[in-house]
Order: sequence, then C-alpha cells, then structure tokens
Amino acid sequence: MLRYITQRVLYMILTLLIIATITFFLMKLLPGSPFNNQDKLTETQRYALNEKYGLNDPVPVQYINYITKLAQGDLGYTFQFDGRTVNSLIVNGMGPSATVGFEALLFGTIVGLLLGIMAALKHNTFLDYGAMVIAVFGIAIPSFVFAGLLQYYVGVKLQWLPVAFWNGPEYHILPAFSLSVGVIATVARFMRTEMLEILGTDYILMARSKGVSKSAVIFKHCVRNSLIPIVTILGPMAIGLITGSLVIENIFAIPGIGEQFVKAIQVNDYPVIMGTTLFFSFLIVAIILIVDILYGIIDPRIRVAGGKS
Amino acid sequence: MKKSKWSLLLTLVLVLSVFLAACSGGDKDKASDSKGGEGDNATEKPNEPQVLNLVDGSEIPSMDSSQATDQVSFEVMNNVFEGLYRLDKDNQPTEGVAESHKVNEDGTVYTFKLNPNAKWSDGSQVVAKDFVFAWQKALHPDTLSEYAYIMGPVKNANAIQTDGDPLYGKVEELGVKAVDDTTLEVTLEAPAPYFLGLTGFATFYPQKEEYVKKQADKYSLEANTMIYNGPFVLSEWKHNEGWQFKKNDQYWDKDTVKLDEVNVKIVKDIATGVNLYETGQVDSVGLNSEFVDQFKDNEDLVTRGDAAVYFLRINQKKEELKNVNIRKAIDMAYDKQSLVDVLLNNGSTPAYFLVPGEFTFSPEGNEDFRKTNGDLGKFDAEEAKKLWAKGLEEIGKKELTLELLNYDSDGAKKTGEYIKNQLEKNLPGLKVSIKAQPFKQKLELESKGEYDFSYAGWGPDYQDPMTFLDMFITDGAHNQMGYSNPKYDELINSAKKETDTKKRWETMLEAEKVLFEDQAISPLYQQGIVGLRKPYVKGLVNHLFGADTSYKWIYIEGKQQ
Repeated sequence: MLRYITQRVLYMILTLLIIATITFFLMKLLPGSPFNNQDKLTETQRYALNEKYGLNDPVPVQYINYITKLAQGDLGYTFQFDGRTVNSLIVNGMGPSATVGFEALLFGTIVGLLLGIMAALKHNTFLDYGAMVIAVFGIAIPSFVFAGLLQYYVGVKLQWLPVAFWNGPEYHILPAFSLSVGVIATVARFMRTEMLEILGTDYILMARSKGVSKSAVIFKHCVRNSLIPIVTILGPMAIGLITGSLVIENIFAIPGIGEQFVKAIQVNDYPVIMGTTLFFSFLIVAIILIVDILYGIIDPRIRVAGGKS
Repeated sequence: MKKSKWSLLLTLVLVLSVFLAACSGGDKDKASDSKGGEGDNATEKPNEPQVLNLVDGSEIPSMDSSQATDQVSFEVMNNVFEGLYRLDKDNQPTEGVAESHKVNEDGTVYTFKLNPNAKWSDGSQVVAKDFVFAWQKALHPDTLSEYAYIMGPVKNANAIQTDGDPLYGKVEELGVKAVDDTTLEVTLEAPAPYFLGLTGFATFYPQKEEYVKKQADKYSLEANTMIYNGPFVLSEWKHNEGWQFKKNDQYWDKDTVKLDEVNVKIVKDIATGVNLYETGQVDSVGLNSEFVDQFKDNEDLVTRGDAAVYFLRINQKKEELKNVNIRKAIDMAYDKQSLVDVLLNNGSTPAYFLVPGEFTFSPEGNEDFRKTNGDLGKFDAEEAKKLWAKGLEEIGKKELTLELLNYDSDGAKKTGEYIKNQLEKNLPGLKVSIKAQPFKQKLELESKGEYDFSYAGWGPDYQDPMTFLDMFITDGAHNQMGYSNPKYDELINSAKKETDTKKRWETMLEAEKVLFEDQAISPLYQQGIVGLRKPYVKGLVNHLFGADTSYKWIYIEGKQQ
C-alpha cells in the first residue's frame, strides 16, 4: 500500500509539472499585457514596465525562472493588488470558498442520498416521482438562478436571512443552499438508479429469503454497494465546490477565490493564472488518489494494490 | 351667530399670530446663523448617526499613491490622503495641504505655501519634502508606476522615465524642490494651467519618507501600515471583503468633516447591490441599463455625466477612408439620440464633439468649452446620402465594405449592430462587417492599424481639453488611425507652449473645430453614470476625473424620522 501511494505521489508531481508547462506556454499566447491602463501607456513606458517585471525576457527564460521559483513553493506576486503574494491570495480566498463549498457538499450529499434511497424504495409511487421532479429541476436550473431568487425572496422580501456578505453562520445558509441544489439532484439520481439495480439482484433476494431483516438488507448491503458511483462523482464535484463558484460568490459578496479563476485570465495576471491552475490541478490529482483509496475501503473487490498490504 | 363670528375672528387672530411668530422666529434663526460665521458647517452638527454605507466593485488594488492606477484606489485615497489641492464641490481646486500658491510670469514655476496645521495621522506635520519624496518615488525605475506618465508636465519627468535618456532614473533632477518645511517649489516643462487640479491626483500625494522606509515592504499593504493626511483614516481593511473609514482627528479641516464613519463592502454583482439598497443596508448603489427601466420613476434615481467620450475611430490609413466626404457621410448617417435613449439608457448623452461637456471651463468667464464650441456635427440622412455619393464618385467606387472593430461586451455588440444597420440603411452601397474582439485584442489591433473603423473611448487624465485634443496629433501614441493635419499639429503645439491662458484656450477651441472639419473621428456619446442614492445622503460630491467621489462634505440628514 505504501509503495503504491509513493508511486502515485511521484506521478502526481510529474502530472503537475506537465500541467504547469502547458499552462505557462498557453498563457503567453494571451493577447495584451497585465497593466491596468495599457491603452494609455506609450511604447517606451510599456517597455520599461515589462523590463521591471521581467516580461521582456524570451519566454523559455521566463519559464525556467518560474519553474525554479515554483520548486521553492513561491508562486510570485499578483499584478492586481500591490504587494500581495499569490500564495496569500489563494490561502485567504480558500477559507470562505471551502467553507461554503463544504457545507453545500455535506448538505447536498445527505439530502441527495436520502431522496435517492427513498425514491428507490418507494419506486413508482408519488414519493419517487416527487423526488425525481426535484432532481430534474435541480439539474436543469443553474445555481445562480436559485441564488437570485432566494436572495430576492428570502433576503429582500421576507428578510429572514441576510441578502449578502460574510459575517457569521446565518450568512452561509443561502449561498450553501444555492450551491447544494445541484449536488442534491445529481446524488439523488445516481443513488436511485444504483439502488434500484441492486435491489433487483440475486444476493439481495438471497439475503431476504434467508431471513435478514429488511432494514439490515437495505443499509448493510444495498446502500453500501450503491455508494460506489457516488464516491466517483463526489470527488470532482467536491473540488468544483470548495474552490468556489464565481457566480455564487459574486451574488452573495463572499470574499472567496472563485472569481480569480476567471479574472486572472481576463487581466493577464500571469502569476495568478499559474497559481490557481496549479492549485486546482493539485486538488484534482490529490482527490483522485483519495477516491482510489476509498474505493478499496467500500468495495474490497477493487482494492487497487491487490490486497497484499 | 354672533358667537360664531367672534370665534372666526379669534381663529384669524390666532392664525395670524402663529404666522408672525414663525416669521420673527425665522429672522432670529437667520441672525444667529450669520453671527456664527461658517454656521452650517461646524456649529450645528445634525444629531443623528453620521454613518454612510457604500458598496464598491473590487478590492482596493493599491494604497500606495505612487503605484495606484484604478478608480477604486483613487476614490479611497482621495478620502484618506490629500495633495496640495483637492477638487471642491464645483470641481475647482480648493486648498489641501497647500494654503496658497504663486505662479511666475511664464506660468512654469509654482511656489506652494503649505499649511503648517496639515498633519499626518501620527501627529507629525506634512512638510514639503514629503511631496518631493513621493514624486521622486513614483518616477524611480524601481517603483515605476503605471501612472507615472501623469507627472509629464513636471520638468524632466518624461526624461527620467525614458530608458536610454541621459536623465533616465535620475529622480533628483525632477523639477520639484523643498525650499523649507512649508515651501514647495515646482518647475514645469511648459505652462499647464490645469496643474493646480492635477496636484489633487493620487500620484501627486505626499508620502512621509521616514515612515515609508520604516514599513519597507509592508508599507500600504494593511490599514495599520499607512499614515494618512486626508479627511478620513482607513480604520479597517479586510482584504477582498471591505474596508472602513473613520474621521481623521488630526485633519487640519476636521471641523468641516461631518461623517464619523464610512463602511464600504465589496459587491461585484449589480443585482446584489440593488437588493442591499432595497433593504436599506447601503445608501448608494450603481445601476446598469438593465435596472434603469425598473427604477425609472424612483425618486432615488440619480444620473450624472461622466467625462469619458466614446467615438468611432476612422482609420485613415485605408485608402477609401482618406476621403473626407466619406468620413462626413458616415458621421451623419446614424442617429445618436436614439442610440443613447434606447440602447444605452444610462444617462449618456449624444456627442457631436470630442471634448466632453461640463468638464472644462474657460480661464475668463468660466464658460464651458462645450458651450463655446457647440455641436460640431448632426444626424442628417439626406445630406449624408449626398456626401456619400460624392465621396464614392471621388474615389471611383460604387460600393464599399468596411470592417467595424468592436468590443465583445453585450452592450457594445448591440451598439455595433445598431451602427451597422443605420449606416447600411442610409448609405447605399455600404456593407459593414463587425469584428468583435476581447478588450485587449481590440487594443492590439487598433495599435497595429488593422481595422477600418472602431468603437473606442477615452477618459481624461487631467482637467483640460488638451487631454482629449493631443491624442490626434500626427503620430501621437494614441492617434492609431493615421490622422494627420499639419494645421492641427501646429495649433496643438502652440497651445502647449502658450503662456497666455486666454489665447491658449482659443487655440484649443480652434483645434477642435479643425478636427471636425476633417471629420477625423465620428463621436458617439458622452458617458453617463446612473445609480440610486438615499435622499438623506447630503453633500456628496462627484468628480469628473481622478477619484469619483469626495466624502469630505457629506452629511446624513433625515434618515431617522
């Protein structure tokens, strides 16, 4: 197991290096410069500024300089804000983003699982249809529509919850709920389909016929076996959620990191483009590793290291 | 009956006496007011909480005055720092750190007398060398700010910024000198009547060397690694979330400042801003055209003109567009009034000019540049057709295809479509193809001259017509459309050297006319800004260049009723 993990970590580093390289050269193809008022700068001024930030060097030289610093864990300084490192930008922004994302993930998964299980057990009843209608709406309607509606009706009209900002637990409810709608829908649909399939298998029939109680069959055999696809989709979904949603963070004025994934590219903030891309990639490869390990715990049949450990 | 007559009389007497009392009361009030002198400022502070709540669209990019380049930073700095002068309610320079100034005869040497009561928030005096330090810092190659070019009028500023120049990097050669603690002498390259207003611009704010050096890398990165000399101090700065101003007790003119606290939160979504406004959590919010209709009849709706002007660049490197009749026909062939009324719907006004209205005023008589020169074009489809036919004949063509280079925002795309439709409808034989590009790509294509005509805009760098006019001198860095007229160059150059302010003004008026005789560009509109503001926010001052807003004179009245 340890050997397997070490090997995987080495592959992870290699993957990240490749991503860094591709992103770096692609990014240099972006038109424009990182300077705020570039339309007002003259040629000489632009040259002087490029010189100051080392942007006049040939791209391969810039690349080597960047990778050298990266190896020391230094992502450089952002062009957007004075004296702020990319590291601090990511660390500060990740707090609120990850909090909302995690809350949405937790709430969404629990509710989604319950809905899915209920729909499967009450197959072809009113409850089943109800749950699936919710699921279809949840997938079809984007989260920012929910967010806008919730903000207006719950925040402005009813004034039950704050319209926006990031001051305490009550400020988390609307954004986390808006984000969780998609999670609920996806998880519920996967769970229902998987449960239905497993409910019809021979070993469930076998367990029932040998006298195992209904609840034991459902929770010990059915639910556990249905979790495999859920775990698969939860990984990438979790990354999407905890790295923040541009739209939800804008709507609820949350000081998260979501915006930087888009804005950095718009304003040619090279160090932040690299920083956010690498950070995101790192999370993806790390989660994939964790998911692979989790598979083994849930289902011994696909224990990756061959069960030798 | 008798009784009722008496009662009527009694009522009349009573009513009359009330009126009389009211009158005399009013007189008394007025008398005491005028005795109080500055009266309405210092003496009667309204006794309701003087707190203002605002939203802003972005984190503050920079609080180092020598580095800042954007509207958010400029606005914050305008309220916590102060230059030699600052812009007042009428956008005229009023005393800041300087209490008076003298100009030499040819208008190139300014001697500022600083107010000895002007203090930093740590209690120390703001002295002349604080300005010298900050200005030299802005131009130093190590700091080299993106806005350093704004210091251009100061002697040697351009040479110091230019790599290869013998003066490159030699900031001590900059035309600014601290004669003593309260005397600052500034030498300019050439007379610049707008210089006084420019001293209120962020890049010209002072910085205290000793403090800045002590904070080193940390200077201006947090609320507590700065010292302030403006009406307010930044008491809290939560990055990416918001910031808070508190009244500055050390400010020399603190009696004028009535607000105790200003809270600003970062809100990027306009709909969110509107929702917060409706729940009363913020006192003022900006709108875009989508929301204008919704609030059209709301009494809180405020619109104002901005000094940015949008126009069509006409690329005169292209053979067909060298013809002046073709250019004139293009300008006359679309209806600008409908454009601003229907499409933009944000307080913008149609432009038949380059220098915006209510922006600059003549040195004598204070008349609006715009008023003097009036409109230099009009919408006239018939006349346009004639000119178009004539132009086509002159270039020997029957039809023409032109490419309109456009921004790729939704609003700009609609505007582009509108212009295309109007032109194709009114100018037979013209086909317009639209090329929408991301902002940066568009700028790049423009600077390379790879377009026929393009949707462009310009905002002022200083409060003077020259900031617009000198864009179009032959081979100017921002000309970018091959326009060249020796007469125009001559007028601009002579205005730049002219010491007689009246003559200078007239030369600039003349230059604008020449530009339009040539129809070098086809102006679209002067931008408007529209928003909602609670009626209890009084004394808010907007500016047309540099920082958008001053909080110095704001007070809250009538919020609690």
